[in-house]
Amino acid sequence: MSPVLAGVLQLLALIAALALAYRPLGDYMARVYSSEKHYKPEKWIYKAIGANPTAEMRWPAYLRGVLAFSAVSVLFLYGLQRAQGVLPGSLGFQAIDPDQAFNTAASFVANTNWQSYYGEQAMGHVVQTGGLAVQNFVSAAVGMAVAVALVRGFARSRTGELGNFWADLVRGVFRILLPISVIGAIILVACGAIQNFAGIHEVGQFMGGTQQWNGGAVASQEVIKELGTNGGGYFNANSAHPFENPNPFSNLFEIFLILVIPFSLTRTFGRMVGSLRQGYAILATMAVIWVGFVALMMWTEFAGNGPAFETAGGAMEGKETRFGIGASAIFSVSTTLTSTGAVNSFHSSFTGFGGGIQLLGMQLGEIAPGGVGSGLYGMLIMAIIAVFIAGLMVGRTPEYLGKKIGTREIKLAACYILITPALVLCFTAAAMALPTPVNSMTNAGAHGFSEVLYAYTSGANNNGSAFAGLNADTQWFNSTIGIAMLLGRFLPMVFVLALAGSLAEQKPVPETAGTLRTDKPLYTGLLVGTILIVTGLTYFPALALGPLAEGLAS
Amino acid sequence: MNNSVRNTARLIGAGLRALLVLTVICGVIYPLAVTGIAQALFNDKANGSEIKDQSGTVVGSSLIGQTYNLPKQAASDSTAGDDPEEAAKPDLRWFQPRPSGGLGTNSVNTQYSLILSGATNRSADNGAVNGQCTKDAEEGTLCAQVVAAKEAVIADNSTPSHTVKPEDVPADAVTSSGSGLDPHISPAYAELQIHRVAEQNKLDVKQVEKLVADHTTGRILGFMGEPRVNVLELNIALKALTNG
Repeated sequence: MSPVLAGVLQLLALIAALALAYRPLGDYMARVYSSEKHYKPEKWIYKAIGANPTAEMRWPAYLRGVLAFSAVSVLFLYGLQRAQGVLPGSLGFQAIDPDQAFNTAASFVANTNWQSYYGEQAMGHVVQTGGLAVQNFVSAAVGMAVAVALVRGFARSRTGELGNFWADLVRGVFRILLPISVIGAIILVACGAIQNFAGIHEVGQFMGGTQQWNGGAVASQEVIKELGTNGGGYFNANSAHPFENPNPFSNLFEIFLILVIPFSLTRTFGRMVGSLRQGYAILATMAVIWVGFVALMMWTEFAGNGPAFETAGGAMEGKETRFGIGASAIFSVSTTLTSTGAVNSFHSSFTGFGGGIQLLGMQLGEIAPGGVGSGLYGMLIMAIIAVFIAGLMVGRTPEYLGKKIGTREIKLAACYILITPALVLCFTAAAMALPTPVNSMTNAGAHGFSEVLYAYTSGANNNGSAFAGLNADTQWFNSTIGIAMLLGRFLPMVFVLALAGSLAEQKPVPETAGTLRTDKPLYTGLLVGTILIVTGLTYFPALALGPLAEGLAS
Repeated sequence: MNNSVRNTARLIGAGLRALLVLTVICGVIYPLAVTGIAQALFNDKANGSEIKDQSGTVVGSSLIGQTYNLPKQAASDSTAGDDPEEAAKPDLRWFQPRPSGGLGTNSVNTQYSLILSGATNRSADNGAVNGQCTKDAEEGTLCAQVVAAKEAVIADNSTPSHTVKPEDVPADAVTSSGSGLDPHISPAYAELQIHRVAEQNKLDVKQVEKLVADHTTGRILGFMGEPRVNVLELNIALKALTNG
């Protein structure tokens, strides 16, 4: 069997597995967020928090909950890293420097998991397992909560109420993320991922001498890192490390974990707005882009253009033997089209065009299928822009899911899509204009520019993967990427929740013969086109200076 | 004003309590429970898949790649002095792994010399001159690494009875992996080394061929991943063969 055919079969197997999970998981999540029942342990938690889970919140209250919880999380995680030197169970690692601790705290709370540290050499058990892994759960649950609030905005009428943030947060963790994680972690251990709390110990080697390992709760963190589309590796090599991703099956399983919630949430959305077909239209849009990007990535990576790859006889630099080119291409597209940023192969060493596909995937706003929650709300924003454009063409007031898309709605949607490009392009321009940030680049020329553009794209879009040639552990990059991650996460949430509130207050518009049908293939086509055009217009000049220049030169 | 301060404080308090409760659940109970189950069911794998040689000594992990180099000359050779920069030379008796031009080696942080994983992160045009990789590529660039690795693979593996041609060298033999700890090589790279290994160990080529064939793992279910050879397991078997 040729490697290309094996790659295609792996893609098909993945699609089949996702299709099998789609209905049960999507329906289950809809029930989780609609159920009136509170389980006993959940009631204890609400009591401990001091929150009434049945109290409905309007959008400002919901937002205050999101921001308060996230602000506390940043401070807690920062404090934990700064105190690492005196905490027990830290393997003797020292406190993290202030700029790096800020960057890491912002990164994990913002569901980005950008890492400017080497996991195995900087973070002990307490910070990794008690701090970083916890944020992998809760930042994902916050994303899902905000998405569900927006869906409720579409589903509800003549109310401003969007649900209860604390209930959505706790249920997301308890009923969705934790059960899947427990099962997934055991499967990963069965494949060979490590799961222990061993200290630093010596292991013999074949040629004599020893190698030093630190153990860790790797499998339990690996599974939520993928499932919550977080991406922060226990080890520096992330999912390329054999202890995180031991064999080709664990590799496909991890890609499945990355994609399963974002895709299935479209079913949850369809259920909650009372029309499964609306969910399918969104699903189709996500799937078309994802499959298209995978196909392009396989094509460029198997072709392996570029001087070093032509000399070597293939684009295997930065890729693991057990995965090969096909499975690495699928992983890399899936991680950049969601907000995951985990890598099983190193993005900086992909072909020039391959790097461009990764960049573009993130620049689409990570909506195909996107991060858990953030993918769905990002896509729904684009859906609103698409009906607005269609409305302009036929001269009708646009409507979506029975809600009028008026001035206020369009303003909020426009703010949403402008905020991340503004962060990416301004920070990249600033880094290029200043004298010292450029010293962090490993590669020269167009690829060096791509490294910087990639860093801010990854940060502001909350991806967290890197063209890791960039030495990002400098005060400049730690601070500015940290700011980009926080603003890129929470400003869009402000607009999404405000939009949800304004939609929920409306009374529904009856559907007429002139209403644009948003559950048809024609609309899916329009939506794909809108996404590509909006992103293309925004980023084309920057892409031309980096990956396009590099790809065309080779 | 007072009221809003009080409300904010109450909200922050709720956030802090929520975080602490969830930290106990997701950061303490969950990992401990998973560790308990993993240690009970898959003790060996949960602790790093350690692997023993014929004599029962632990010689590493079947998942972590190692180097098979000759001891450095510097210590015994008084004229050279102790030179930490001295390039490691492969011990040609053993099958050689992929290059590791990135981080994936023992590296020293402030306290330990822990295994550090990582890639070179070099781009395809790194070190290229006019779109070509040549011998003149600047030292340390990907072009220089690939060109040098290719030359070395050809030189090391050509025996009097067997010449290696440049087009026989597979990509994984001259590129570094993502983790720098890749435990595997492609079957093509293993086959390329057969003649050299047979000659160095005074074994029959057929014997070594069989050894490689026995240690070649196919794709899972016929389509997942790529065929591969675990270098450490292969070398352990080779050692058993030469000793026996």
